[in-house]
Amino acid sequence: MKALQNLFDSIKPNFEKGGKWEKFHTLYEGHRTIAFAPDLTTKAKGAQIKDATDLKRVMITVVIAMVPALIFGILNIGHQHFLAIGEEVTWIDKAIFGAISVLPVLIVSYAVGLLTEFTFCVIRNHPISEGYLVTGMLIALVMPPYIPLWQVALATIFAVVIGKEVFGGTGMNILNVAMTARAFLYFAYPAQISGDQVWTYLSDKTAVDGFSGATALAVAYNAGVEGVPASQALAEHNAAFGADFSFMNMFMGWIPGSIGETSTLMALIGAVILIYTGVASWKIIVSGFGGAYLMGVVMNLFAANEFMAMAPHLHLVMGGLAFGVVFMATDPVSAAQTETGKWVYGFLIGALTIIIRVTNPAYPEGIMLAVLLMNVFAPLIDYYVVKANKTRRLQRATV
Amino acid sequence: MSKNVKLRKGFDINLAGKAAKEMVDFEPAQTFAIKPTDFVGMQRPKVLVNEGDTVKAGTPILFDKAMDQVQYLAPVSGEVIEIKRGEKRKLLEIRILADKEISYEDLGKIDLKSVDRATLVEKLASGGVWPHIIQRPFGVVANPADEPKAIYISAFDSNPLAPDMGFVLQGEEGYFQAGLNALTKLTNGKVHLNVNGAEQVPAIFENAQGVQINRFSGAHPAGNVGVQIHHLDPINKGDLVWTVSPSGVVQIGKLVLEGKYDASKVIALTGSELTKKGYVKTISGASVSTFVKGNLQSGNIRVISGNVLTGEKISMEGYLGFYHNQITVIPEGDYEEFLGWLMPSTKKLSFHKAIGMLSFLNKGEFKVDTNTHGEERPFVVSGVFEKVLPMDILPTYLFKAIIAEDFDEMEELGLYEIIEEDVALCEFVDPSKNDLQQLVRTGIELLMYS
Repeated sequence: MKALQNLFDSIKPNFEKGGKWEKFHTLYEGHRTIAFAPDLTTKAKGAQIKDATDLKRVMITVVIAMVPALIFGILNIGHQHFLAIGEEVTWIDKAIFGAISVLPVLIVSYAVGLLTEFTFCVIRNHPISEGYLVTGMLIALVMPPYIPLWQVALATIFAVVIGKEVFGGTGMNILNVAMTARAFLYFAYPAQISGDQVWTYLSDKTAVDGFSGATALAVAYNAGVEGVPASQALAEHNAAFGADFSFMNMFMGWIPGSIGETSTLMALIGAVILIYTGVASWKIIVSGFGGAYLMGVVMNLFAANEFMAMAPHLHLVMGGLAFGVVFMATDPVSAAQTETGKWVYGFLIGALTIIIRVTNPAYPEGIMLAVLLMNVFAPLIDYYVVKANKTRRLQRATV
Repeated sequence: MSKNVKLRKGFDINLAGKAAKEMVDFEPAQTFAIKPTDFVGMQRPKVLVNEGDTVKAGTPILFDKAMDQVQYLAPVSGEVIEIKRGEKRKLLEIRILADKEISYEDLGKIDLKSVDRATLVEKLASGGVWPHIIQRPFGVVANPADEPKAIYISAFDSNPLAPDMGFVLQGEEGYFQAGLNALTKLTNGKVHLNVNGAEQVPAIFENAQGVQINRFSGAHPAGNVGVQIHHLDPINKGDLVWTVSPSGVVQIGKLVLEGKYDASKVIALTGSELTKKGYVKTISGASVSTFVKGNLQSGNIRVISGNVLTGEKISMEGYLGFYHNQITVIPEGDYEEFLGWLMPSTKKLSFHKAIGMLSFLNKGEFKVDTNTHGEERPFVVSGVFEKVLPMDILPTYLFKAIIAEDFDEMEELGLYEIIEEDVALCEFVDPSKNDLQQLVRTGIELLMYS
């Protein structure tokens, strides 16, 4: 390690004031602090010791929590592909196929995002922040497998610049950056991120007869329109291929969808890591699922169509609800920041997701819009919690 | 009506280097200093002596032009050897070379039975012990012209490696009670003595008369007087209360009973890098070199006057702070660590459990150095400060109000209730490594002076 340290030391003068790459000082510091935790010490006054956890470690914890979803996503993309074209292949082939379609998305997301971030850091002379470690992974996981890479790049640039940097960088953004990227694509290029055709990567093959690439949400929605019981429609869908939308299949995630969102189980594994490490708020996760379930029950009460009448527990495993609640809603910067506020925020995300799913004909997936909407409303929720705290203090004074 | 309060929030930092409850011997310190910077809120310090003057213990050497009744006295007799100034002639230290045998100014004993409040205040203010009385809000030296709603004394220190107050004050029972008696004359309200409810209460506190004894238990900051006030009778806008440390009470008692300024106190020598640890009797403002030099386990160390959360870095030849009962010596952390943000470890102390931070598995003591373990960042993680601040306060919002210099928000969110030490744990656990104690002081100064 001494060699690496020496290497850093030898190029250091170039980045210092007066050096030829002075402008890129922040890049130098950024890379050095990734390789080596810095030699900074506490100030003369104040806390003389500091906790060993820093933001880098917090962020890498979230990335690690997403790895199960990523690995499963890779397998599932391969699985769905060979299912659609009717070929029987080994899991290794499926994994290789999945990796070939997923990794470029991941690499583009990280490369373009980091480049954008670095550019901003250099222009504004900010230290490089570790926030993009998480965002880069999130953006990749919420993309459909078929997405053109230039669109990933464009969405990433849009999200990082408009979603984050214009507000002042990491910690200052109002909207969840990854959701901003996805929303951008959804409204700018809907053909590549919605409908029945984009969720299964066919490559140059054609699907076998009778195979449908529709997502569970689309099937359930259509059941509502056609008046077929939703559970029946889900059970019959692709049943001939052994790929029906049973609760178990959807829970495990062997269904079409965005790269990382399909498996509720993997999201829950992530949730366990995040809650155990204390990095994400368990209140948001619990109230998010709770809000979705309760709204499912409320929908049952009205039951104006078959989708509304669907058993509420199915909502929890369909679409991206679990992924969104666990990884998107819990982003501490864009979520509610008061402890009471987190209950309300999570609950409303869950509830809104179901409302959007069931009642919006244009777009059956609700979690994206629910998270973005609640991101905007989170400060309002906090406002009232903070106000209550102030009122308690004020009342005490007059007593 | 004594209260029993159990606090559930907080965090005990289990550091290596605790002082055994025994006195250790050292050569007495030779030089002593009074540091105007110790007295928070001192605006225009004015020195009353010149280099070369001889003083007795109790000779006035300093006062604040903004509050000139309060005199700051020489802790020892001897010769003023240096008046050290910093940038813009800021007064830093007044150093005194002590006589072998200390001679005292006669300040006159105080008969608490007959003395009226005004005379008592005047005697305490000119008797050198007044700076032990701290005003809340703001945590500054109290103004003798004020009358507080109540006086609070925290009888235990829950900071890391903090001295045991019962041990430190052994044999001072008479002075302590006399100090309490004097304090009860200063307020129409109550004098609260807050003891550690989780341990056997030392007799000196258990037997204290004329005060309300409250019991607090829980992790640090249960011993912080600010936290205690919050649970007894929180400070609102317009309220004024005073706080005194137990050793401050003893100092007041000594002035009352002896009529002299006896600034001697027992301090704890702690920290993983000291070879000989324990308690030692010295005098306020003592040079620490006699305790530290030749008593070290390693070379690259930091000497701290006070504890590791609220103390101040001093040099090996530095001086003990006026309010400090403790010297802590820990390793300096000026090293780079390869992938230090990623490597798992049970030895790195952390309040968090983020990936690889396994210190919660380690029930032993931690040797912690001064490395910040990361760079400063904007606030990202939420809900952490709340876990270590056992008060009905929203710390993140308060901090942001201070950053934004929003005066109304600062008031409404409770800046009157806290001072630096109350957010010291927040500063420790903050993954974004912000200097929150400094921030709180900045906010307080904004409220005080504008």
